[in-house]
Amino acid sequence: MSVPVLKAENLGITFGGLKAVEGFHVEIEQKELIGLIGPNGAGKTTVFNLLTGVYQPTEGAVYLNGTALIGKKPHQMVAAGIARTFQNIRLFKKMSVLENVKVAFNHNMKYSGLQAILRAPSYWKEEQEIDRKACDLLSVFHMEELAGHVAENLPYGQQRKLEIARALATNPKVLLLDEPAAGMNPTETAELMQAISLIRERFGIAILLIEHDMSLVMNVCERIVVIDYGQIIAHGTPKEIANNPRVIGAYLGE
Amino acid sequence: MKSRKETMRSYVINLIAVVLLFVLMNVGTRTGLLGRYQTGVLMVIFINIILAISLNLTTGFLGQIALGHAGFMSIGAYTAALFVKYIQETVGITLAQKGNVSPAGTGFFLLSLLLAGLVAALFGLLVGVPALRLKGDYLAIITLGFGEIIRTMIEFFSFTGGAQGLNRIPKTATLNVVYIIMVVCVMVMFAFVRSRHGRAIMAIREDDIASEASGIPNTYYKVLAFTFAAFFAGIAGGIYGQYLGILGATDFDFMKSIDILVFVVLGGMGSLTGSIVSAVGLTILPEVLRSLADYRMLIYSVVLVLVMIFKPSGLLGTYEFSLTRLIDRLTGRQKKQPSAAGKGGASE
Repeated sequence: MSVPVLKAENLGITFGGLKAVEGFHVEIEQKELIGLIGPNGAGKTTVFNLLTGVYQPTEGAVYLNGTALIGKKPHQMVAAGIARTFQNIRLFKKMSVLENVKVAFNHNMKYSGLQAILRAPSYWKEEQEIDRKACDLLSVFHMEELAGHVAENLPYGQQRKLEIARALATNPKVLLLDEPAAGMNPTETAELMQAISLIRERFGIAILLIEHDMSLVMNVCERIVVIDYGQIIAHGTPKEIANNPRVIGAYLGE
Repeated sequence: MKSRKETMRSYVINLIAVVLLFVLMNVGTRTGLLGRYQTGVLMVIFINIILAISLNLTTGFLGQIALGHAGFMSIGAYTAALFVKYIQETVGITLAQKGNVSPAGTGFFLLSLLLAGLVAALFGLLVGVPALRLKGDYLAIITLGFGEIIRTMIEFFSFTGGAQGLNRIPKTATLNVVYIIMVVCVMVMFAFVRSRHGRAIMAIREDDIASEASGIPNTYYKVLAFTFAAFFAGIAGGIYGQYLGILGATDFDFMKSIDILVFVVLGGMGSLTGSIVSAVGLTILPEVLRSLADYRMLIYSVVLVLVMIFKPSGLLGTYEFSLTRLIDRLTGRQKKQPSAAGKGGASE
C-alpha cells in the first residue's frame, strides 16, 4: 500500500481538563474523499484546527506524505500542502474576487519587496502568471466574470465557492472543507457537489469534508468517519455508516 | 491587473503631472508668486504627505491603529539633525549658510534622510516585534506609550539637547529636493502596496485567520508594514528638522501622532491618494483660516466632525484617485471599469 497523503495518528488535544479530541486516526489516499460527520459539538472543527496547525496537538501527530508536521504554524501547514475553508465564510471582504485568489498564491511567489518597488522584470512576470492562474481557477467555478467584483457583494453560494477557489490556489495536497454546503439551497448544493468532484478529477487532491447535509455526504464520500464526544465511533463506507447502530444512537439518542 | 502597456501609459501620465507641478512650483518661486510663507506651507505639506502615507500603511492597509507615529518621526528628526550638525560643526564641511545650501549640503541631506529612515525603521522593528502580538485598542495604547517614552528620553539625554532642544541645525532642506523626495516616497509606497506584499498586508486587515490559512505569515508581514512605515516617518522627521533648523521634544508629543492619524482617517484608510488629499487640505485649511484668528481651530474641528458624519470611511474610502482614469473619462477613451485600480505616483 502506498503512503497516505494525509495521516493523523492518535491525534488528541486537551483544553484544561477537557479532552476535546482523543485518539483521532485517519488515513487519506490521493484523490480520496472522506467525510467527517458527528453531532454538534463532537469536535469536528477541532480536528480541522489540529490538522491545520491552529491548535497544537497535545498528543499524536499529523503526517503529510509520510513526513511528520510538528509544531508548524498555520501558514507553514499551508505551505506544506494542507488548505482549508471555514465553517462561517472568511473571505477578504473588501478585496476583489480576483485578489482574494491572488493572496493565496503569495507563498509560491518569489519577488522581493525591493523588486516590487523597482517594478523589476520578475514582478511583471510573476504577477502576470498568477493573474492567469487565478483566472483559470475562477473559471473552474464559472466565476471568471465576477473577478472584478468586491468579494462581500457576492451571493452566499458564490462566496462559498470563492473560498474553495482560494484554498485551491495555495496548491494543496489535501483540502479540508468545513461545512461547504451550510446555508445553501438544494440547487446550490448540487452545484457544489459537481464542483467538488471536478476538483478531485482536475487537481487530483485528497479531500476531507465536514458536512451536516447527509445526502451530500452519503453521495460523494467514499468513506466516512463519525466522531462523537471527541472520539471516533465509526468508520466505513456510507452504507456501513448508515446502518451502524452506534451512529444512529449518537444522532438520535439512545 | 491591467496590461503592462496600459500601466506604462499611466506611469508616463503621472510622470508628466509630477514634472508639471515641479515646473509650476519653480515658476512660482522664481517670480516671487510663492514667497517665504507659501514655500514654508508647501514644505510642511510635503512632510505631512510622507507622514500620512506612511501611517496609512499601518493603519489603513494593515488595519492596526498606531498612536506613536510622532515617536518614529522624532527619532528620524534627531538622527538626521545630529548627523548634519556633526558634519558641519565637527567635520567642518559647510552644508548650509544663510539660506544657501551647498551641493555637499544636499548630498548630506539625502544621506541624513536615509540614516534617519534606517534608524527609525530599526526602532520600528524593535517596537513592532513585541507590540504586534497585540491588536486593536491594545496596540494603540502600547504605541502611544512608546511615543511618550521616546519623547521623555529625548528630553532626558544631553546629546539631544535635552529639554532645551536642538538648535543651529544646518537648514539643508530645499523645496525642490523635498518635493522630489516626497514624490519618490509616494511612488515607493504605491509600488509596495500594489504587489504581493501589499496584498498580503491587506489580507491580514480583512481577516487575519483567513490570511494565515491562505499561507500568509501574519507576524512577518505585520512587522514588515510597521517597520516600513517607521522608515518613512523617520524620513519625514529628518526633513522637518533640517527645514526648521531647531528641534524640541515637545514637537513630537501625542498630539502630533493624533494629527497624523487624522490625515489618514479623514483621507480614507487604505487610500494613499486620500491621505495625500487630506494632508494637503488639513495643512492648508488652518492657514487659510488664519484671518479668523480664534475661530480657525473651531472650524477645523467642525470640518473633521462633518466629514466623519457624512463620510465615515473618509473622503476617498479605499478608492484611489487616478489621473489616468480621469483623463480617459474626460476624453471619452474609457469604457466603464468595475475595479478601482489606477496605477501611478503622485496625483495631488
